[in-house]
Amino acid sequence: MDFREKMEQEYREILINYLKNQSEQSLYQGQLFSRHTLEQKISPEEIVSLHKSLLLELYPEVPESVLHSFDILLEVMMGYGVAYREHQSLRNKQMELRTEMEIAANVQQTLLGTSIPDVEGLDIGALSVPAKHMNGDYFHFVVDENNCINVAIADVIGKGIPAALCMSMIKYAMDSLPENRNAPNLVLESLNRVVEQNVDPSMFITMFYGMYNPENHTIYYSSAGHEPGFFFQKETEEFSELEARGLLLGIDKKTKYLQFEKEVLPGDMIILMSDGVTECRTEEGFLEKEELIGYIRKYIHLSAQEIVNNIYKDLERLQHFQLRDDFTLIIIRRNV
Amino acid sequence: MGNQSCVKILNEWDIVAARQLGRNVAKELGFGTVDQARITTAISELARNIYLYAGQGQICIEKIYDGGKAGLKIIAADNGPGINDIRQVMEDGFSTSGGLGAGLPGVKRLMDEFDIDSSPGSGTDIIATKWLR
Ligand SMILES: Nc1ncnc2c1ncn2[C@@H]1O[C@H](COP(=O)(O)OP(=O)(O)OP(=O)(O)O)[C@@H](O)[C@H]1O
Ligand SMILES: [Mg+2]
Repeated sequence: MDFREKMEQEYREILINYLKNQSEQSLYQGQLFSRHTLEQKISPEEIVSLHKSLLLELYPEVPESVLHSFDILLEVMMGYGVAYREHQSLRNKQMELRTEMEIAANVQQTLLGTSIPDVEGLDIGALSVPAKHMNGDYFHFVVDENNCINVAIADVIGKGIPAALCMSMIKYAMDSLPENRNAPNLVLESLNRVVEQNVDPSMFITMFYGMYNPENHTIYYSSAGHEPGFFFQKETEEFSELEARGLLLGIDKKTKYLQFEKEVLPGDMIILMSDGVTECRTEEGFLEKEELIGYIRKYIHLSAQEIVNNIYKDLERLQHFQLRDDFTLIIIRRNV
Repeated sequence: MGNQSCVKILNEWDIVAARQLGRNVAKELGFGTVDQARITTAISELARNIYLYAGQGQICIEKIYDGGKAGLKIIAADNGPGINDIRQVMEDGFSTSGGLGAGLPGVKRLMDEFDIDSSPGSGTDIIATKWLR
């Protein structure tokens, strides 16, 4: 018996039962029946037609007018049938897109991959999580020839695929910087020229670039409009903003950047982030700086990576597990 | 051949005439009610497109036979502006109505075979066939 015959028979039984007793049980059978027909991709107009022919078979004396009325129902259902088939095909397409996106996200991860350096005297933790599949945030560590630890954190204004594509370009621009890195402000100036030339004029990038010199325990840094980081001073147990000003990358190719420096004493911490951390929306509005500091204090006894991971978990929960923006947090602590 | 009858599409009421012609031929060939409705829906969509976008044209219905099979062929032809990007209009979800009508992808699904020939300036010819199973 092929599916159509089975379907007819099943529908006939359900119909007969219901006409006899109008029970909830038969209605439930009807609901189950639709699961089978949907599974077999039967269109609604076919059900209408089946209903009409069964009615005639069961009640040969059914008035003509009742039978004719099904012609209208069938015609109306045609439109739904077409929409149903379009839905199926769009569903398949969406599945393909999803798979493609997942592959693209993996490719991006490989492309942008950076490892957190293991440096004596420093405790470093970093985490970057995309809101959707693709990440528009980026961080990058390089230990250069002078043993300086270079750290970059960047955020494309915009989200999703365009932002991610843009970030891949930045990564290549960074890779082609000379081995012995220039000062942070010069790095930003050279990246700014790349972005200005190659990226869509509507796309801007913020970046913080820092260079930690383990000889004199000083961090030299510059910022291109990036979310300001924090500095934690162990001696006073106080947090302060890492002050740095600068125009976003990609606005004006002649932009000059200022360089700042800060001495890092044992136990001090540098905290860098993307705006996905501070613009984490909660029921009460944006996350206040004070609140973020509160989270850092809560975990301050842990290692840098554990602090970062725990803060991410807390903020994720705070946003009911729906990130609205890419999240990146980096903590660098000078060991005591 | 000689199995062809045509309806000119000049105004909205001609869409109904084209449907009627299609239904009569489908009945004669022995199509069931569901397939009749699919064929007339396809004709409606094609005729409506002619009326809306080309202003005028015609719909011809032809009985065709291939070996032991019988079928119905719809030929929609106009000398209107033509379609620039056929691939795009054949994409699901593209129609201007946002999927309220079957649109051209819908016509393709309702019928067994579908062929479109159109270029800007030289009008549009669409041929769609349904075989009797
Ligand atoms: N005969 C025609 N001549 C010129 N352009 C046409 C013709 N038929 C279709 N088109 C173009 O192709 C597009 C897609 O047509 P289609 O029938 O798929 O969707 P639609 O008419 O926009 O919306 P609906 O879902 O209501 O049918 C139309 O918007 C129109 O631009
Ligand atoms: Mg249309």
